[in-house]
Amino acid sequence: MIAASRPRGDAVPSVRRRSWSALLWVAPAFGMYGVFVLFPMLQSVQYSFYDWDGIGPATPAGLDNWKAIFTQPELLRSVVNAFVLVVFYTVLPVGLGLVAASFIRELKPGAFSTTARVVLFVPQVLPLVAAGIAWTWMYSSNGLVNQVLRAVGLDQYTRAWLGDFTFALPAVGVIGVWVMLGFCTVLLLAGIGKIDPALYEAARLDGAGRVSEFFAVTLPGLRRELVVCTTFTTIAALASFDVVQIATQGGPGYQTMVPGVQIYRLTFLQQHVGQASALAVFLAVVVLLVIWPIQRLGREK
Amino acid sequence: MTTSGLAHRVTRTGILLALMLFAVVPLLSMFTTALAAPGSTPQGLSWPSDPHWHNFVDAWSAANFLALFRSSTLIVLGVVPATVAMATAAGYALARLNVPFGKAIYGLLLVGLTLPFEALITPLYYDLRSMGLLGTRLAIVLPLIGLLMPFGVFWMRAHFLGAEPALTEAAKVDGANTWQTFRRIHLPLATSAWSALSVLFFLASWNQYLLPLVLVDDPTKRTVAGGLGAFQGQYGTDIVLLCAGSLLIILPSLVIFLIFQRNFVKALMQGAVK
Repeated sequence: MIAASRPRGDAVPSVRRRSWSALLWVAPAFGMYGVFVLFPMLQSVQYSFYDWDGIGPATPAGLDNWKAIFTQPELLRSVVNAFVLVVFYTVLPVGLGLVAASFIRELKPGAFSTTARVVLFVPQVLPLVAAGIAWTWMYSSNGLVNQVLRAVGLDQYTRAWLGDFTFALPAVGVIGVWVMLGFCTVLLLAGIGKIDPALYEAARLDGAGRVSEFFAVTLPGLRRELVVCTTFTTIAALASFDVVQIATQGGPGYQTMVPGVQIYRLTFLQQHVGQASALAVFLAVVVLLVIWPIQRLGREK
Repeated sequence: MTTSGLAHRVTRTGILLALMLFAVVPLLSMFTTALAAPGSTPQGLSWPSDPHWHNFVDAWSAANFLALFRSSTLIVLGVVPATVAMATAAGYALARLNVPFGKAIYGLLLVGLTLPFEALITPLYYDLRSMGLLGTRLAIVLPLIGLLMPFGVFWMRAHFLGAEPALTEAAKVDGANTWQTFRRIHLPLATSAWSALSVLFFLASWNQYLLPLVLVDDPTKRTVAGGLGAFQGQYGTDIVLLCAGSLLIILPSLVIFLIFQRNFVKALMQGAVK
């Protein structure tokens, strides 16, 4: 939730001169952050230039680990998959969330609108592990998806969805839609609530229909909330781990492999610490490069 | 009511109901499956003729629930108060005091805001190994404090920037020092900000999966989510027991959410809109 929390106006420091004692206020927070985030990050950068199995001596590897990200199909594949997941974790939930939020806004406040909001938000509070387990069962041979297909006579389309080379990745993506939809809906709904009702009145007086009203009033009024939704869900997509690890562990083949799972496997199952670290730093940089323009967009005006 | 108005209302209700169905159906499917005969493989969604409520009791002992909840609670207690306190102090200083190198410190913290946990897990494993903490709850608690810190500082700083500066001036005229001004004026006014942050951090710790998976082997020393992952590994083929256990594990989060759902939504809005 980065962009939206931009401060109103600059800090007005109550003490003009630098007060060294103020450092004491920041020290515990920055200390923990330094030891458990900044320092390991630098270590990752260092490891990425070595070949190391985690036990024996490390040997310098130059840029080999970095080149491998672009030349080894299973590594490149994981990065590409992460971007495919953005469609499911970000584009679909934000789109559907806009629809759901503008529909809920039109409802009279009451039992139905509250229920809709609460029910849609439930998946967001559950552990992603639980989402993975629930959907693994949904997609299995006896699961609900196939049960419904059989019930409507589409037996020839039933399959073990997460084991299917074509459908495994979209199937994992749908789990992302399930988790993120409520978050986007509730956030966008809050944003719509803050749009000046006079703007809707004016649009109606101008004879705007529901669709043009949506594009003229609702969408521009939601700029900040859209940036927050997009930022949060894009990070979740690019850095996904829990759902994929539980549902497919990257398979079948490398069809659903993502960088997060690949890093885990490289370090803890294959003992390629250097390669894992290069991918880790690469992932961190990719996330930054993707998020930056989104944040800039939120800051305009 | 015009025909087009009616059509719109029908479409609207239809789409909303479809989305709500999408949200609950996986949980319903788990629920009916959890009640099927032990060891069987039922259909995705079918009410068993003879519901086996006892499955929940079996899952309770199979997943070693008491140990798991106790462990999760200890981890949450280790992470949340400490992180919120440190983040509040740092956020206050960065917003209201003239911290030397404050801009640089805040800038470095912001870098951590988008950093995926997976990007740090490899060095964290080796660091914690050399500290001799692998396999202990501290191996989850300490890194989590550091990893959640950027968001906490960012959140609290935004709150304190929006606070009324005149109050500080008034307190100074009264002869209050920095600590007194903070303790008596700004902290009470920040209650909604830090309590919302606590709720978010509770969820983040309770639902944390990667750190326990990698850093702690014994499932009874993990978080609930980490324990659930282990449970899936062990009973993945027994779908009835797995569904019963998963539902038990997510029940506390669900109940807490339903009780506090207004506050949740408010917390979310606060963070987003400041």
